[in-house]
Amino acid sequence: MDRKLKVATTSLAGCFGCHMSFLDIDERLLDLIQLIEFDRSPLTDIKHCGPCDLGIIEGGVCNAENVHVLREFRRNCKILIALGACAINGGLPAQRNQLDLRDILEEVYQTEPGLTHGGIPNDPELPLPLNKVHPIHEVVKIDYFLPGCPPPADAIWKFLTDLLAGRTPHLGHGLLHYD
Amino acid sequence: MSFKLETAVYPEKLKRVAIEPVSRVEGHGKVTILLDENDQVHQVRLHIVEFRGFEKFIQGRPYWEVPVMVQRLCGICPVSHHLAASKALDMIIGAKLTPTAEKLRRLMHAGQMLQSHALHFFHLSSPDLMFGFGSDAAQRNVVGIISAFPEVAKKGVLLRKYGQEVIRHTAGKRVHGTGSVPGGVNKSLTVDERDQLLKDIYQMVAWSREAVQIIRGLFEKNLEEYNAFGRFPANSMSLVRADGAMDLYHGGLRARDAAGKVIFDHHNYEHYWEVISEDVKPWSYMKFPFMKAFGPDDGWYRVGPLARVSNCDFIPTPLADKAREEFLAFDAGRAAGATLGYHWARMIEMLHAAETIKDLLHDEDILGTDLMAKGERVQRGVGVIEAPRGTLIHHYRVNEDDQVIRANLIVSTTHNNQPMNEAIRQVAKQYLNGKKLTEGLLNHIEVAIRCFDPCLSCATHALGQMPLEVSLIDAKGGCLDRMVKNQQAASLTD
Ligand code: SF4
Repeated sequence: MDRKLKVATTSLAGCFGCHMSFLDIDERLLDLIQLIEFDRSPLTDIKHCGPCDLGIIEGGVCNAENVHVLREFRRNCKILIALGACAINGGLPAQRNQLDLRDILEEVYQTEPGLTHGGIPNDPELPLPLNKVHPIHEVVKIDYFLPGCPPPADAIWKFLTDLLAGRTPHLGHGLLHYD
Repeated sequence: MSFKLETAVYPEKLKRVAIEPVSRVEGHGKVTILLDENDQVHQVRLHIVEFRGFEKFIQGRPYWEVPVMVQRLCGICPVSHHLAASKALDMIIGAKLTPTAEKLRRLMHAGQMLQSHALHFFHLSSPDLMFGFGSDAAQRNVVGIISAFPEVAKKGVLLRKYGQEVIRHTAGKRVHGTGSVPGGVNKSLTVDERDQLLKDIYQMVAWSREAVQIIRGLFEKNLEEYNAFGRFPANSMSLVRADGAMDLYHGGLRARDAAGKVIFDHHNYEHYWEVISEDVKPWSYMKFPFMKAFGPDDGWYRVGPLARVSNCDFIPTPLADKAREEFLAFDAGRAAGATLGYHWARMIEMLHAAETIKDLLHDEDILGTDLMAKGERVQRGVGVIEAPRGTLIHHYRVNEDDQVIRANLIVSTTHNNQPMNEAIRQVAKQYLNGKKLTEGLLNHIEVAIRCFDPCLSCATHALGQMPLEVSLIDAKGGCLDRMVKNQQAASLTD
């Protein structure tokens, strides 16, 4: 390949564990950066996504800002992948979907006994939360789904190396699991 | 109450600059700065913009699910949540851990400390320190470090890998393992696994010592700037062992004021609320804890490596203890009060973690198979641990049907909320006032935040009210979700 593959990554409503699993490729990272170049990512100081070959999304969408970032990624990335349980089906943050926002707010910011001055944060600088946490494929089209919480480092490695070699990514036995 | 530069008098007349998202940290945060026409800074805030709602949705779940669920708040330090929850639940089932179980948990925790501190220093913060705070943004990241300092980068990657392997051998998985359970652990360490870890541990200790020298060298080279950068006096709090030693897994709470005077000592953490309370501010989902004795204005405190290293009387492993003495004595003690001193203290703790792993691997209990304990069941449990980023408090109530009925978490980064805001306000005054704001200057603000190694997604487990209306439209144009203006406002008054 003549030029490096441009890759952007972000964490929406996720825990960063999927990014950690990416870094769990360990010293293979040293080789990988010969082949790819990072655009917007928690690892760089690029704050907005430019045109990219690949976008990797961790986490579902839980607020307006997540939706905005997700759309920015879709606009700019030729291939978009949902990395991990949260991106694919909402994961742990979606456990709140069965509850009413009002109750959660009150409990955490108002009635919690340890508080001195309660009050629900409402500054315009804080993004609007959605009533429910959504998987990202409900908002934009997703090209690949990598399951796991987090997906194993070897699965991420296999996916990337397949893509870099021009093969259709294929996770063999042992790399596809959901825990 | 209000702090200097927290709230401008006429915000509507000022121009707004935002750093969004704060990068090379874990989680979601942004900084807003309000300036007047002469570029004088009037307001600086670190906003935590995400929520989880964990305390609420954990209610009704069987208690044994908690240690595996709660760690999914944070993928960088999952072991901390895993263990803090397990400790709280040990108390609920009345278990006194077997020596092997406690040592395996301590091993897992030391692995976590090693990997998290290595990640933070080498992958996230070293670009600022090694290239300069205002250096070229295109190079200022881990890839730049790998290209410019390949040997340093490689050691960083391998230190982190080693810590992750310790976690895998004790918890079953590198991220979100299942090793710790209420009453003990569910997996013993095999001779093979122990020997694999033993093989590399001396190298890890040696590299951790080098890391301490790297940050010391940076302090020596930039003495004045490092000492003054974002500096402010603060109280501090951490767990210490009964004899005053640093203990990251268990102990009593000790707090000191800015002059080093002890405020409380060996406070039983089961009653943490006797000494700590929390405040809420409308502009952040992260709460503001403070010591009750001093109130919200004066009672805030820092936690984490800098607080722990200066708070304890000694570190119970020899190399780290010596490194601690050198740190505290450096430049007549000034580095130990510097915000950038966090990095140095963090590397001392990484060395301590490596030494702890070495000692535990040589302990014969570590291969034991007596893993579980039981006792008399009670309803309430508190678990506190020193996570990589500071004191982590988990508190649960469980009913007779084994369901969680109440949960309260005070996570490490939350304690550092006011200190982080204080640090960025100092930096704004020192570097930004009256200047044309460039990317490099703005990065100084992020450098101050990164000192604390914040874990912003841990710190936000609840959600707030938004004064807007938004519809979420799906890929085909249908309305998927909708949030109506001031929907929760009613709940405040009814
Ligand atoms: S899928 Fe698992 S590891 Fe990934 S962000 Fe979600 S909780 Fe974290």
